[in-house]
Amino acid sequence: MGRLILHRSVLGVLTLLAASALIFIGTEILPGDLASAILQNSATPENLAKLRLDLGLDRPAIVRYLAWLFGALRGDFGHSLANGRDVLEEIAPRFGNTMFLAAYAAVVAVPLAVGLGLAAAIRQGGVFDRLVNVVTLMTISVPEYFLAYLLIKYVAVELGWFPSLANVSSDTPFADRLYYAFLPMLTLTLVIVAHMMRMTRASVLAVMASPYIEMAILKGLTKTRIVIRHALPNALAPIISVIALNLAYLIVGVVVVETVFVYPGLGQLMVDEVSKHDVPVVQACGLIFAAAFIALNMVADILSILSNPRLRQPR
Amino acid sequence: MSELHDWSERLKRGAVSRREFMGRAAALGASTVAISTMLKSADAFAAETPKKGGVLRLGLAGGSTTDSVDVTSYNDSVMIDVSHGLFNGLVEWGEDGKPHPELAESFEPKNGAKDWIFNLRKGVKFSNGQAFTADDAVYSLNLHRGDTKSGAAGPMKVVADVKKLDKNQIQVSLSGPDADFPYTLTDYHLLMIPDGFKDWAKPVGTGAFTLEKFDPGVRIALKKRPDYWKEGRGWLDGADVTVINDASARLNALISGQVDAINRVDHKAVALLSKTPKIEVVRAPGGWFAIMAMMTDKEPYSNPDIRLALKYAVDREQIVKALFSGYGSLGNDHPIPRTDPYFNSELPQRKHDPEKAAFHFKKAGIADPKVILQASDGAFSGAVDMATLFQADAAKAGVRVDVKKEPGDGYFDNVWLKGPFVASYWGGRPAATQMLAVAFAANAPWNETHWKNEKFEKLLNDARGETDEAKRKAYIWEMQAMLNEQSGALIPAFRDWLDAHNSKVGGHTPHGGFDMDNGMILDKAWLKS
Repeated sequence: MGRLILHRSVLGVLTLLAASALIFIGTEILPGDLASAILQNSATPENLAKLRLDLGLDRPAIVRYLAWLFGALRGDFGHSLANGRDVLEEIAPRFGNTMFLAAYAAVVAVPLAVGLGLAAAIRQGGVFDRLVNVVTLMTISVPEYFLAYLLIKYVAVELGWFPSLANVSSDTPFADRLYYAFLPMLTLTLVIVAHMMRMTRASVLAVMASPYIEMAILKGLTKTRIVIRHALPNALAPIISVIALNLAYLIVGVVVVETVFVYPGLGQLMVDEVSKHDVPVVQACGLIFAAAFIALNMVADILSILSNPRLRQPR
Repeated sequence: MSELHDWSERLKRGAVSRREFMGRAAALGASTVAISTMLKSADAFAAETPKKGGVLRLGLAGGSTTDSVDVTSYNDSVMIDVSHGLFNGLVEWGEDGKPHPELAESFEPKNGAKDWIFNLRKGVKFSNGQAFTADDAVYSLNLHRGDTKSGAAGPMKVVADVKKLDKNQIQVSLSGPDADFPYTLTDYHLLMIPDGFKDWAKPVGTGAFTLEKFDPGVRIALKKRPDYWKEGRGWLDGADVTVINDASARLNALISGQVDAINRVDHKAVALLSKTPKIEVVRAPGGWFAIMAMMTDKEPYSNPDIRLALKYAVDREQIVKALFSGYGSLGNDHPIPRTDPYFNSELPQRKHDPEKAAFHFKKAGIADPKVILQASDGAFSGAVDMATLFQADAAKAGVRVDVKKEPGDGYFDNVWLKGPFVASYWGGRPAATQMLAVAFAANAPWNETHWKNEKFEKLLNDARGETDEAKRKAYIWEMQAMLNEQSGALIPAFRDWLDAHNSKVGGHTPHGGFDMDNGMILDKAWLKS
């Protein structure tokens, strides 16, 4: 058990290292550099050269990468090339916002999806089952920005129930945050519910075909009790991995939603900094995204193992 | 009736409430009709007269997490608008297109416009209480000279020396005469800060506001300064700037009432927006233009007939329609906009003429010339559409143009000034001579068309040194005609600036220089009750 977790953790760190190298290479091969991105067409050869020297862009790429990597190991992500602020300081509030929105959406979406999935499984083939399937498939098939614009048009502009700008700041009280971030949360929920709901339904139904469920039916148990007490525990592993995948999406994949609702999250920060070639910030954002993705998948792996006795005690 | 008149004046000033006024007027025996007339006139008056108070909420495109208050670093709307609330320049570019005294009370040329004397305003205090003097002005101008990363380094290159004459007077000496030099000082980077100032986290300026909250790329809040020096400006109690780079999000925020004014309205949405009650669009024709720049020393563009063929081939009307939904005007292959007092209004507008294009193309006598236009939406949004439209137009005249789509990232680093035929843009300059000098002087670093013409150089130098209006006009008109006929600049269209605000906002005037009243919105605007 312990060995297994250790094994997964080492693999995770190695993946993270590979990801950091990929991110660095990615930012390197972009045409142009920070200096030209900052100056745009007010660049002259003189002020370009001066700015490049100021920013340390004259050092070779590999030197800059290694310096950054060892700094990151010590918890020092360096300073933003563009405005000189400490990278961690710049990222921390954005990361907090991203985590808040992800948690908000997860708290609503996960119980909703699993609940709907179970209800659909219990009433398999019924009107409710079909309705839930069709509606969630529709919301997942529409691009998320379109869904966001629909919500803005009807809920924010016409009804005026919730604001279309979710520009929360560090001093926004918690209740206001819930209010401002409602529409982005709803958009994300609509996008991720279908996947988790269908997986819950499918894996529960798969288990429902096994002999021990037949036994339960013959015992005269109610369908609800069979699904929740007997089928669900054995169907958990795939549901957990799908939930983890969707939670990872909530953290790393919400750039579009952040942009449409002007929500100051990490994704928007990263897009901003990529276009400015601010390598230290991009690297740190990339690393955080990679870490979140790897960590969530690792947790999902470990939870699946724990939920399955056969995997828990390997022979 | 004089007491009633007195009360109605008080109502106009906002010294009494409407309820109180109605009570008083009725007590004085005024009829209901008279009262309602007076109320209406007071309302109309309130609409036009600036009023103190209120926090203006702006939703602006053009902000980034890399923004800083450092005056040398500005390159887009958010910091331009915010900085003009915090600081003042020496000279303000008025909405009438002329330079107006700001922190410089007056200015005059000496020595044939080679030296300029600026008399600084007395009694102006920085937000830390320190008085504004010549030392501050010298320091502030020198920040943008020599070894600097400032965006104003280019325009400030003409400055040979800045020196203090006395406590309230400075002299700026130029490397050559420039009758339009006050315009140079209207550049949005050239703002006044205290001598030796460096701590940009806590900015100190002479502007109407102080910095309250600075979260770059997200939100910036400003608070009124009680002792602002400028007459008839600085009405607001504060400003709340939200960075909204997404065009639809910006529009939604305005319509749903979460912000009071926005910049860069999507031109496709203007027609829809003007149907929305309580929203007004501010349209400002200005100096921004699109250009397809041919290098006149590179094959095949070194052939003047090829250049003319391409200039005749483009359908300018269609470009204004397709790219800007009509919110722009036709370009005439020179960079001077219609709004400029020196615009050559007698130069015939070049029209779409496939026959003439085919004629010049044949006359050039080059068998199968390779015309490759490099374009990217990284130059400006719509540049690739422009190139594609041009390609189709040229095909009608039998001219084959290949469009090469370049990555937007690093476009100005890798393509602009390097490729022989490149789509790009210019933001315009306050003075015609500056625009001509920055893009067409033989030694200008941004001479993208490699235009070198002795007669043009002489005209440009004469115009810059000339203070006689009639002669200046003749020189500048001739330069426009030369560029139109001979240069490698294919300038199909000028674009208007489009802002919008709700009916609460007053004093948000169109300005040809840049969006949001050329960045002066926080200085000039007020809120109606």
